[in-house]
Amino acid sequence: MLRLTPFTYVTPASVAEAVQLRKQYGDEAAYMGGGTDLLPNIKHRLAEPKFVIGLRSLREMQSIVREESGGLRLGGSVRLSQLEHSPLVRNEYPALADAAAVISSPQVRRVGTLGGNICLDVRCNYYNQSEHWRRAVGFCMKKDSEICRVAPGSDRCWAVSSADTVPVLLAHGAQVAVFGPAGERLLPLEELYRDDGLVPMALQPDEVVAAVRLPPPNGLRVVYSKLRIRMSFDFPLVGAATGLALDVDGMVRQSRIFLTAVASLPMRVRAAEELLIGRPLTDELIRAAGDQVFRSTHPMDNTEGSIPHRKRMARVYVERALRDFARANPDA
Amino acid sequence: MPKPASATAPPDAEPVSSPRRDRADGPAQADELHIIGRRNLKYEHLAKATGGTKYTADLKLPRLCFGRLLRSPYPHARVLHVDTRKAEAMPGVFAVISGADLPERYGIMPSSQDETAFAIDKVRYVGEAVAAVAAVDELTAEQACNAIEVLYEPLPAIMSIDEALDPEKPRIHEDQGGEGNIHKEVHLEFESPEVGFAEADHVREDEFFFEGNTHAPMENHAVIAQYELHGKLTVWSSTQTPHYVHRELSKALSMPTAQIRIIAPPSGGAFGGKSEMFSHEVAAAALARKAGRPVLIELSREEVFYCHRGRHPVRMRIKTGVRKDGSITAMHFQSWLDGGAYGSYGVATTYYTGALNTMPYKVPRYAFDGVRVFTNKPPCGPKRGHGTVQPRFAIECQLDKIAEDLGLDPVGMRMRNAVDPMSGTVNGLRITSCAVRDTLRAASQRTDFQARFRKLPFGTGIGLASSVYMSGAGLPIYWNPMPHSGAMVKIDRGGGVAIYCGTTDIGQDSDSMLAYIVSEVLGVDPIDVRVCSGDTDLTPVDLGSYSSRVTFMAGNAARQAAEKLRDLLLDVASERLETPRERLRLGGRRIYNRDDTDRAIDFIEAVQAAEARFGTLAAAGSYTPPKLGGKYKGSGVGPSPAYSFTTAVAEVSVDLETFELHVDKVTIAHDCGRAINPMIVEGQIEGSAYMGYGEAVMEEQVFRKGLHKKPSLLEYKIPTILETPALESIIVEGPDAEGPFGAKEAGEGPLSPVIPAIANAVYDAVGVRFDATPITSDRIMRALDRAKREGRIAEPAALAG
Repeated sequence: MLRLTPFTYVTPASVAEAVQLRKQYGDEAAYMGGGTDLLPNIKHRLAEPKFVIGLRSLREMQSIVREESGGLRLGGSVRLSQLEHSPLVRNEYPALADAAAVISSPQVRRVGTLGGNICLDVRCNYYNQSEHWRRAVGFCMKKDSEICRVAPGSDRCWAVSSADTVPVLLAHGAQVAVFGPAGERLLPLEELYRDDGLVPMALQPDEVVAAVRLPPPNGLRVVYSKLRIRMSFDFPLVGAATGLALDVDGMVRQSRIFLTAVASLPMRVRAAEELLIGRPLTDELIRAAGDQVFRSTHPMDNTEGSIPHRKRMARVYVERALRDFARANPDA
Repeated sequence: MPKPASATAPPDAEPVSSPRRDRADGPAQADELHIIGRRNLKYEHLAKATGGTKYTADLKLPRLCFGRLLRSPYPHARVLHVDTRKAEAMPGVFAVISGADLPERYGIMPSSQDETAFAIDKVRYVGEAVAAVAAVDELTAEQACNAIEVLYEPLPAIMSIDEALDPEKPRIHEDQGGEGNIHKEVHLEFESPEVGFAEADHVREDEFFFEGNTHAPMENHAVIAQYELHGKLTVWSSTQTPHYVHRELSKALSMPTAQIRIIAPPSGGAFGGKSEMFSHEVAAAALARKAGRPVLIELSREEVFYCHRGRHPVRMRIKTGVRKDGSITAMHFQSWLDGGAYGSYGVATTYYTGALNTMPYKVPRYAFDGVRVFTNKPPCGPKRGHGTVQPRFAIECQLDKIAEDLGLDPVGMRMRNAVDPMSGTVNGLRITSCAVRDTLRAASQRTDFQARFRKLPFGTGIGLASSVYMSGAGLPIYWNPMPHSGAMVKIDRGGGVAIYCGTTDIGQDSDSMLAYIVSEVLGVDPIDVRVCSGDTDLTPVDLGSYSSRVTFMAGNAARQAAEKLRDLLLDVASERLETPRERLRLGGRRIYNRDDTDRAIDFIEAVQAAEARFGTLAAAGSYTPPKLGGKYKGSGVGPSPAYSFTTAVAEVSVDLETFELHVDKVTIAHDCGRAINPMIVEGQIEGSAYMGYGEAVMEEQVFRKGLHKKPSLLEYKIPTILETPALESIIVEGPDAEGPFGAKEAGEGPLSPVIPAIANAVYDAVGVRFDATPITSDRIMRALDRAKREGRIAEPAALAG
């Protein structure tokens, strides 16, 4: 069997105490939400923390709260199943509920947290393997080698951002409240991610994603579509969050398109967004935006599925979403 | 006496039956079965349903320690040196062993003695065992494995059939097989196929490829071995063949079988993946001997992918000649099997890719050429439908093409060619009961197939295929004239009945089957019966749960044993009731007069009288298949005392924008002779169809850079309940004269037609053929793109380019 290495599990009473413990234990410690990412990684010997600081029971991170702005504040330890079933989320940010509902299996969603999904380690099928398998392949750049196995000539790691909720949160223009030794800082969620498989997050090791703040949708509607081989258990092979707001005259006022599972960060397709702005959603425009998505998507052979199919589906999902928007606004 | 629970099956629970209900059994039970054919509860169903069942890794022994194998990181390398000293010196380590400790060669086939417990001179696949450690806990064992120093000299790896056929490439085994890396070649010819091709109006040649896949039982392999002070070894192992493990372990350990006891605890599934001895079983025994403690080895899922003996990837070429009316005049079938690094069952698999191709359609002239090659991958072996699933895919897809070429209805063409009951095949196989036409009729009528085939809108389709499978291999793995199955039945004075049989219940409910058959014969309720199975000390030999042999063979053995005791009970009852034996019946825990059912004695009363008269009530029964098969080399693979027949219809839809394939429904009509418990037969049919569905659309065992690309159940896709199609099982009954109460197999046969039925339905949906498995979205996308470019299909509006 694959077994965990021994560690001490500590349960702080507050986020401040969690950060304090992290400082005290240093790099031998790791934060853990539901553990659905960290624990398999420990079993694969990708991480071997001596101390695990549990965030899942922190009351202050467990709630979904209406903000004065009219938006929502979602605690970092809110369970994925809560997002899936919360009437507030379902009514006001349905794509977020949809994205949460297609993460892994019901069991994993019951323990997995929003903060955990936001901080999900980038994935690669040369990396997320047992120690024996990785030794057999000669290890990889992300752990214990200098060579990236999916692109051996490359000087960077190409592991893939694989979160389902993140593209939706980004399409909604979410901010994150990050709690560290100096207290809470607020930043756009987009700034949390880096295009680098080795260090995919601009987060200090002792910082905790305490909450996500969603602005009121204000006419922005988002659709999330996910490619996977099975209807449960599977990480995205590609996922597309397509957000759109239309003017009264049917012109695109706002557009935000983010793809997951095709790059080391949740990838924004600005060229397609810009193409749409100020125009009516005609079939030709939708097709042109799809072309942009297709051209901007460059998956590698380090997830399940094939590169051509994943690339094609990025286009199909965005075009389908745009067609749905157009149909819902026959004036456009 | 309360009415037995088993008699309360709802009236609509009766299986669909063919018009022929002629009874195969003795007149004594002709019209009044109490247990057989009813939806009885499964044996020990509550334990399984509530988590009470104790599997191998759940067993607790005093002083138990934990074993772990060190496995090769190279697909092909010389092992220059193994140094275990550092590992041995570690605190908490009880024993370390490596190749030199266990030099004896073994292999499940007598002709393939090519394995050792640990690699000695060479490693031949990533994951091959090199050494093993027993330690106080798993973590210490892992660390000790990492401390073993192995010096390798890497060699070029052979990773494909083509490379293996190249005589210039380095050899994986210097002393096995023929030229290059050919392990086994078979060439058979019956009745001059060339004559048949000359007679044909239409000859078609096609090439197919069936991808390798795995069994994926829920329970990973696990073993516990314990040496006792008097030198006896007991091994609890999750195996489906305790008898073969018994023999092989004796050889690997150089220890007499009389000193070894193999126990097969309840199993969390096997599907062919636990049907021979594996290195972890030898390792546990040798470590237990050295450590003086019981040793548990529980494999990780990744390790299962290394030891499992998955379904062979097979490339196939078929040439078939037909007359205008669709009748087959000749077939030439060629197969190339990617065998992986060792022989395993591969010699048998090679023959199986040819042996059953002369059914369920008459093939009057037939030639078969099979080649199995060694490659530097985990060895392949048997999986549900052993070696017959791949050719069935190819043949049924080709028949669909031929029917289209000739403008024939695929059902009618199959009907025309279907084999007859009480006939034989050109390669010497005996056919007894056979309801293949009934299965064709049942499945096509239920789905309104003929009205819908080639008439559904683009993107939706329906396809059909039929198949055949054995009710047990006619010959054992090692030649011997002894029975294939033995059973003992003992009746307690209190009326309890115990059955002892070497069978292993791997989820196919063989324990239930034994309980039902013995209950029927003795007229008791299955809850009165205890089954002791899968224990080489306590139970007579049964060869194992493979080749769908258990119901037919062990069922007959148990029935024979029970009938011996029944006869003793009838002797005393006849006297007490002053009624001739012929008029007596057993049922409801009574022995009664057929013509005057109130004239009866209780079972217990009869038992006590019989024990007083005859002594302890215990009897043994056994089953040996009749002499079967032709007189040519290789004729031993394929014969079976009876064959099952199946027809499957698949209904599919393809999303023309995302290329996702949805199999909406699979309808399977299966001729199982007689359903001993229709509920369990349906479970076997549905399980087979589910597994076939997975193999058709997503399962693939593929390698990259010498490594298994998907060594986990996250990456290796097996279907979840969410995408699994709706399944409808139709039981077709045509009792077999030699099967117990007319029964034949149901556990494997229903799998193989599902895969070509899906492939044929995809063609019906989108007009593009898929001659390789699995039919993934990526392949559908590429094929439709190509067909569109070449103008072979009209461009539907939704097809995005």
